Amino acid sequence: MKAKIYVTLKSGVLDPQGKAVEQALHALGFKEVGGVRIGKYLEIALDGGTRDEAEHRVREMCEKLLANLIIEDYRFEIGP
Amino acid sequence: MKFAVLVFPGSNCDHDCYHVLKHVVGVSTEFLWHKETSLAGFDGVVIPGGFSYGDYLRCGAIARFSPIMKAVEAFAREGGSVIGVCNGFQILVEAGLLPGALIRNRGLKFICADVNLRVETTRTPYTAEFRKGEVLTMPIAHAEGNYTADPETLDKLKRNDQVVFRYCDASGNAADSANPNGAMENIAGIVSEGRNVLGMMPHPDRCAEKVLGSEDGLRLFKSMVNSLSESRV
Repeated sequence: MKAKIYVTLKSGVLDPQGKAVEQALHALGFKEVGGVRIGKYLEIALDGGTRDEAEHRVREMCEKLLANLIIEDYRFEIGP
Repeated sequence: MKFAVLVFPGSNCDHDCYHVLKHVVGVSTEFLWHKETSLAGFDGVVIPGGFSYGDYLRCGAIARFSPIMKAVEAFAREGGSVIGVCNGFQILVEAGLLPGALIRNRGLKFICADVNLRVETTRTPYTAEFRKGEVLTMPIAHAEGNYTADPETLDKLKRNDQVVFRYCDASGNAADSANPNGAMENIAGIVSEGRNVLGMMPHPDRCAEKVLGSEDGLRLFKSMVNSLSESRV
């Protein structure tokens, strides 16, 4: 199984990188752009176990290490 | 009295802290590799600056799970003195020993510069020998020093007198123009509720000798050592 994990900044948290990218997009003529937020994408291969177990384990990984819940949210998909 | 300076892969201010404590302050000091598991015999711990684990994932996120950190957590919860400077501060917030988080500087750049700091409280072992409101000069060197916390946490920090240093101008105003990294309310350093764990982005270890331009950092280390000596009597 494989987990695809997305870690994103919580909505109230300042994202200076997102802001800089937004400004660059505006400068390139993409005037319709707003609210750029930069996050992280992780792929993890999982060895054995059921889908339920995998979900449980990945949630634990996110809360322990992969996301800092003070400033970040996470979501994930588990697939083949 | 004996101090431990922790060493992680990527620490780069460990020798500065060791030098200041051992040769300038003159207290017994030892390096402690992050794979160690015990702090037996130590009276204080310094978590130095640097780029532990290359700052991968988030600054301090991986170092906080190093074997020695279990001992540091127990030591801190029992009231032991722990200072985290720069990356050390980042490790302490990741470990949950201090509240909040340190995110990317608002200007995105790594900033290496002297800044002015206002002493917000002298009710800590680290600042007992300063004057409240006094303006210090210390260097910063970081890209992720933008202190962030939710409103409840900020309220609690202020209510409990846990904000130790704020970035300010030369006359002591904590103005936005004197805020190098965008830290909420110009916060540069905080102490734990138990007042024994200090985290700060500026480097007292880099301003502890006259030849380096300022001795403000030395006063912080001396204050810590003197407070610890008094509490032992």
